This record gives sequence, structure tokens and C-alpha cells, in this order.
Amino acid sequence: MDARIGIRNTKSILFKGLIVFLAFVITLPLIIVLLYIIKQGVTQVNWHFLTHVPAPVGETGGGISNALLGSLIIVAMSSIVAIPVGILTGIYLSENPHTRLAYYSGLCVDILQGVPSIVVGIVVYFWIVKPLGTFSAISGSIALAIMMLPIVIRSTEQTLRLLPPSLKEAALSLGVPYHRVILKVIVPCGFAGILSGIMLSIARIIGETAPLLFTAFGNPYLSSSITKPMETLPHLIYTYATSPYDDWHNLAWGASFILLMFVLLLNIFTKLITRKWNIQL
Amino acid sequence: MLVLIVGILITLIIESLPSIKSLGIGFLWGKIWDPVQNIYGAYPFLIGTLLTSFIALIISIPFSYAISIYLGEYNPKGWLSNLLKNTIELIAAVPSIIYGFWGLFVLVPVIRSFETKIHVAPYGIGVFTSSLILAVMIIPYAASLGITLIRMVPSPLKEGAYALGATRFEVIRSVIMPYTRSGLFAGVLLSLGRALGETMAVTMLIGNTSAVANTIKDAIFGPGNTMASVIANEFTEADHTVYLSALIELGLVLFFVTVIINLIGKRIITKFTNS
Repeated sequence: MDARIGIRNTKSILFKGLIVFLAFVITLPLIIVLLYIIKQGVTQVNWHFLTHVPAPVGETGGGISNALLGSLIIVAMSSIVAIPVGILTGIYLSENPHTRLAYYSGLCVDILQGVPSIVVGIVVYFWIVKPLGTFSAISGSIALAIMMLPIVIRSTEQTLRLLPPSLKEAALSLGVPYHRVILKVIVPCGFAGILSGIMLSIARIIGETAPLLFTAFGNPYLSSSITKPMETLPHLIYTYATSPYDDWHNLAWGASFILLMFVLLLNIFTKLITRKWNIQL
Repeated sequence: MLVLIVGILITLIIESLPSIKSLGIGFLWGKIWDPVQNIYGAYPFLIGTLLTSFIALIISIPFSYAISIYLGEYNPKGWLSNLLKNTIELIAAVPSIIYGFWGLFVLVPVIRSFETKIHVAPYGIGVFTSSLILAVMIIPYAASLGITLIRMVPSPLKEGAYALGATRFEVIRSVIMPYTRSGLFAGVLLSLGRALGETMAVTMLIGNTSAVANTIKDAIFGPGNTMASVIANEFTEADHTVYLSALIELGLVLFFVTVIINLIGKRIITKFTNS
């Protein structure tokens, strides 16, 4: 009898050991990747790197200013498209959860979240690139905006659902018109949640490469014209990482470092906001 | 939103019509993909996609279950648990292009020497390498769902089992696991949906060859191609209508498969959290 209990207890302890081991081992790849990128990338980054366009093969120096500017423009444009639409849809979904339209749009948001990014790239190619006849920054922004929408919608919806209904009822009973209740009471109260959703979605799309392959396409020169092809950070990493030249690899390590730092900082910042406001996403 | 989804679907269908018309349903199991000869078969990519996703899934399941159990049951509160949870979430935040780049320069040489040791052709790049990276990338999706679900197990159930003298392992095996089985399965489905559609890291690591491997060893360790990676590589080079629309048809297939998998997963979760 005693031996039997002993075996069961040992089994339990061994199992716990295994679980703890597996759970912690999986952070290793992340740490290794982070350290490697930092080690390779940090030496590349300096003022020259940030303010110059990539040098041709054989010349030393060169930077990634075109990709920085491009990523900035494209992400800004997709935010302008996706944030208002996303917030409005989110408000609609949280205000009318039981209508048929809300059910089907909710379903579509779920579908959209699962669509592979490369498929979004194909579709936007036929919507915008083909009619315009050229790869362009604007088509890249549309593709990224489509990727961004479901995250903004879901976070808005979930934040607003958590607000107590008495808040809205109090405002309505004071005779405030419905649209002002939404704008002045509901949205400001859920602002932190909405903001963190927006930041998460930006962190997500800034690293997206697949939808940009057939839309923004990439451009070795500094360009700010939105109807022309434009370079972005992830696309620059892709082209230079798969090239055979060491100089270009170094450029790509530097770019990876900047992209990674940006994404991680945005994520950590979002975590801090959500913790301060006690929001569950 | 409705318009957007319907628009995406219609665009994909219209643009893939030429290839559906000229290639028919046989497209899906045609074994040869040779754009120069105008022969198109999706079989190599279907196999490549399934193989990478399932190997990745098999590698990732022990880890994501372990994380779910550890953070859901053993250590649900405190700074260590928070730190680990946030770290896991950061895994999902790193852009896939960075995993691909790192894999190409660090993982590939490691795999190459490993392959030399077990006596298979040392390509380095290939299906196995991309599955490894994919496995890491998809763990957070199953894990974060699993943590929430395991925390939702009602404590009277667990207390009952403890009162009967069960050890912790027995409680986990015979109370927590059966209770959360369908939910954990949904988490695995969501990971699978991610893995199927993942493009960049796989494109950089899989080696991009459209030939079908002859042996199982070659199929796992040799280079291959997935639906997403062939689209990424050949879309801008496709120079005639059927070629281009065959690629789009692949996109259509990918769209349907991921959408169905995601919807099933979401359905299971909604059912689980409501009951």
C-alpha cells in the first residue's frame, strides 16, 4: 500500500518537473533570436545608417532611410483607413450585439482574422495594382489596413462591452442625444482599451511582408510618392537577406534590429497601458 | 465587413476561373508543376503545406500543453507566471520575416550538421527546418487559449478529486484534461490555421522546389514548397493567364481551408465558454 502511494507521488512530481521544464524551455528560442538580432544589428545602427539609402553592391556604407520613410508612410496611411472604420464597426457590434447584421459582421471579422496575409496581397493586387497599372504605396496601405481591421474591431468591441450599462443609461436619462452619448461618454471611457488595440494592430502590420510583395513591391530609392512603388522595412529585410552579398546582409541585420525593437517596445508599452487600466484583451 | 469578405471571395473566384476552366478538378492532384511546359498540378504544394503544418503542430503540442498546464494550474499568479506569460506572447509578436532571416543564418547550419550526422542529404533548408521555426511561431496561439480554459475548470471538480486522494498528476489527467479537451483541441486548430497560411518564414527556409520527393526521408528533410510560398515566389513572375490564375486558385484553396479551420475552432470555443 505504501509503495503504491510512493509511486503515485513520484509520478506526480516527475510530471510537474516535465511540465515546468517544457514551459520554460520554449522561451529559449525567443531569447536566442533576440540576442542574436541585437548582437548582429546594434553595431550597424548609426546616424548614417538611418539617413542614407542602401548603397549599391561593392560600396560600403549605405542605410535604410527609404525603408524607414516607406514603412512610416504606409503604416500611417493604413491607420487612417483602418482606425475609423474599425472603431465604428466595433461600436456597432458592441451596441447591437443581437441583430442579424451584427452576427454576420462578427462572423466576417472572425473569417478576416484567419485569412492568410498572402491572400490579402493577391486580392489587393487585383483591386488596386492592376487597375492603376503600377505597384504603389497606396495598394500596400490598403492591404495592411485589411490586416489591421479585425484587431481594431475586436478590441473596441470587447472594451466597450465591459463598460457598465448604467454609464450609458445615466447619460441617456439626462437627455443627451445618442450620438453624443457614444462620442462623449462611451468612447472616452473605453479609450485606453481602444488605444491598446490600435497599438497592437500597428505592431502586427509593421512586420507584415507577404501582403506587400505584390502591392508596395519595394524601391531602392527614397520615394514619398504614394502612387509609386515604395520600400518598407520587412520587405527590405526579405530582399537583402536572400541576396548573396555580405554588405547587404549587414544592412538587413540592422533593419531587423530596428524593426524588432519597434515591435517589442510597442508590445511592452501596450501591456503597461492595459495593466494600468486593468483591461483584458 | 460583409462586403469586404464577399469581395475577397469573388475576386479570388473570378481571377482563378481561367485555370479552373482549363485545368479542371484534376489540378488538385496533378503531380507536376512545370510552368514552362504549361503543366500545373497542385499536389506538391498541398503535400508541402500539410507536411510542414503537421510536423510543426506535433512539435508544438507538448510545449503549448505544458505552458497551458503550468500557467493555468501549477502557477496561475505571481510575477514569475506573469513574466512567462508575457514572454510567450512576445513570441507571437516577433515578425515572421525576422524568424525567417534568423533561421536562414543560424538554424540552417545547425540543421545541416544534424542532417550529416543522421545520413540524409544535408540541404539545411527544407521542410523540417521550416516546421521547426513554424512550431515556435504557433505555440503562443494554442497556449494563451489553453491557459484561459484551464483556469476556467470549476474548483469543486478539482477539490472533489483531491478529497478522494488523487495526486496532482491524477487530477490533471482525469479531471482537468477531459474537462478542457475540446477547448484545447480548438486551440490546436487555431494554431494550425496560422501554420497553414504562414508565408515569409517558410518561403525563406523551405528551399522552394516544386518536385515531389521520392522517399519519406527526402520529403521531410529535403526542400519543398507550400501553397503560400509558391504564391510568394512566382506570383510576380507569372507571365501568362493560366499560370497566374493557377496560383490564384492555390490562394483560393488556402483561403477556404484556413477559413474553415478557423471557424470550426472559434465555434468550439464559443460553445465551450457558454456551457
